[in-house]
Amino acid sequence: MPVELILNVVLSGVLTGLVYGLMALGLSVIFGVVRVVNFAHGELMTLSMYGAVAMFQRFGLDPLLSLPALALCFFGLGYALQSLLIQRFVTRPEHSQFMLLLAVAVCLANAQLMLFGPDARNVSVDYQLDSLELGPLLIDVPRLYAGGAALCASLAMFAFFRHSRVGKAIRACADNYRGAQVVGLPIRRLYALTFGLGCACVAVAGCALTLLVDVTPALGPAYTLLGFVIVIVGGLGSMLGALLGGLLIGVSEALAGLLLTPSAKSMVSFGLLILVLLSRPQGLLGRRA
Amino acid sequence: MSARQAALGLGALALLGFPQLAGAYALSLATLVLYLATTGQAWNLMMGFAGQLSLGHALYVGIGAYSAGALFFHFGIGPWIGVWVAIACSLSVALLLGGLAFRFGISGVYFALLTIAFAEFTRVAFDHSDWLGGPGGMFLEVGQRDHWDLVHFRGPPSLYYYAALGLALGTLGLCTWLSRGRAGYYWRAIREDEAAAQALGIDTFRWKLLAVLASSAISATSGVFLAFYQNNLFPEQVFHISRSIEILLGPVIGGVGTLLGPIFGSLLLTLLSDGATELLGALGWELPGTKQVLYGLALLCVVVFLPNGVWPALYQAWGRRRPRLPP
Repeated sequence: MPVELILNVVLSGVLTGLVYGLMALGLSVIFGVVRVVNFAHGELMTLSMYGAVAMFQRFGLDPLLSLPALALCFFGLGYALQSLLIQRFVTRPEHSQFMLLLAVAVCLANAQLMLFGPDARNVSVDYQLDSLELGPLLIDVPRLYAGGAALCASLAMFAFFRHSRVGKAIRACADNYRGAQVVGLPIRRLYALTFGLGCACVAVAGCALTLLVDVTPALGPAYTLLGFVIVIVGGLGSMLGALLGGLLIGVSEALAGLLLTPSAKSMVSFGLLILVLLSRPQGLLGRRA
Repeated sequence: MSARQAALGLGALALLGFPQLAGAYALSLATLVLYLATTGQAWNLMMGFAGQLSLGHALYVGIGAYSAGALFFHFGIGPWIGVWVAIACSLSVALLLGGLAFRFGISGVYFALLTIAFAEFTRVAFDHSDWLGGPGGMFLEVGQRDHWDLVHFRGPPSLYYYAALGLALGTLGLCTWLSRGRAGYYWRAIREDEAAAQALGIDTFRWKLLAVLASSAISATSGVFLAFYQNNLFPEQVFHISRSIEILLGPVIGGVGTLLGPIFGSLLLTLLSDGATELLGALGWELPGTKQVLYGLALLCVVVFLPNGVWPALYQAWGRRRPRLPP
């Protein structure tokens, strides 16, 4: 097998992996702070993809241009979801939280089915089939844009959590709940903010992904599972881990599609998940619980 | 208590006489309720008693269904031998999953995600197995439908109803016995506080593993029933995560950790789902997904307003303070 082919596949895996990583980043931030596993993550993802598709079909807007508006909408949606519904489940047992988000996921997925129908939708931007030649490498332009947008959004998230006062306050909540209460942090509002930010990540990832795949309502559970795999591999609650996990899964899926049959690629990621769970349950970059 | 005995007798009579009274559709619904009650009971054994959350229970049901199905399909071996093979296969998978997970100290969310991973891994693996039919599915020969053929487990719908009834009651009996015995007390101790249970000298590894094994064996048995009731098996359907969710909905709605909750929850959910279909049909509303949205909203209401499930809430409403533990 020629080296160029493998390199090309790895590169496209890296770019897709950046988008996956951003999606998983949302999941990881939500779990890391609110300690709730968002089982509706993939359904939110397809919702944002439908949003981007609708904007394109109605106004001819490029998904990358409708991205900021959608991110803002999803931030609001996440904020509302957390403060109205999930907040009262924060102290309930895990299976109860799971059922709540499952119910949300069922409603979301089927509302999409009602609104958009079961057929695959996509956007056809005019640079869809363009590619850049870089020495031996051949890069799809839409994939490059998608990966670039995801990388920018991830960097913005990192900067926010590292340097802004609110970001630091959120991290304080995650590190020491009681301590945060003692110094008077508005924990409920910070939780809602975190959930909103997680959803905004999903919105950006969804917009970027519409450039790469067709959206159907059935994709939701698949993306939820993919998000879990990435987050567990990288370390549940670790931001850098989510990004690393996304890259790892993106590349391994791309390589599995090349070396094995394409339909077996999810087996590789689930196999990887089982291995990581058993050998290093806190994930590659996670801290010991 | 004679009133209680009379009620029990009347209930038993109604259950036994149901196929004579009900139409074909109601009979298939009742069979579905009983099947879901059985798998729900199995899930509840693991989660409700021992506190181990499984989100991939379709794995055990599917392994059971496929083992017995493959024996019948390839070698013509009937379900009475198949069921033992199915249980053995399912037990070995459960031993692998539980053994690895508990040996490496995986618990809580991580354990739940591991069960999903095992189920999904198996789904994709079965999708690529030609011997088992792959994505095209495995079809069991449909035998004569008008008379009871117990040897090959073939017959009219009432045969399957009675089989499901037997399974559901048998599982209820087994779970009652288990929960009232040593295992039940150990499991509840582990569920409430694993460290404390360990400090009291309970071998938590062994007892948690036992819960997984017992649960997988019951699930495999109902899987064999499923294989011979449906006569077709697709990995995409049998192992799909929505199947695992279907299994745990009943006990969660009915009441986790109660004995009658899974049965009550399955009944309620099936009625709810069927009622939504009827209602939408009557209104002439045929947009796909509407029924599931209603279903999801109902689920949401139950989860938000009745966090312990419907059965304990009803029990309270009827005047007793709370369900006696075990029931």
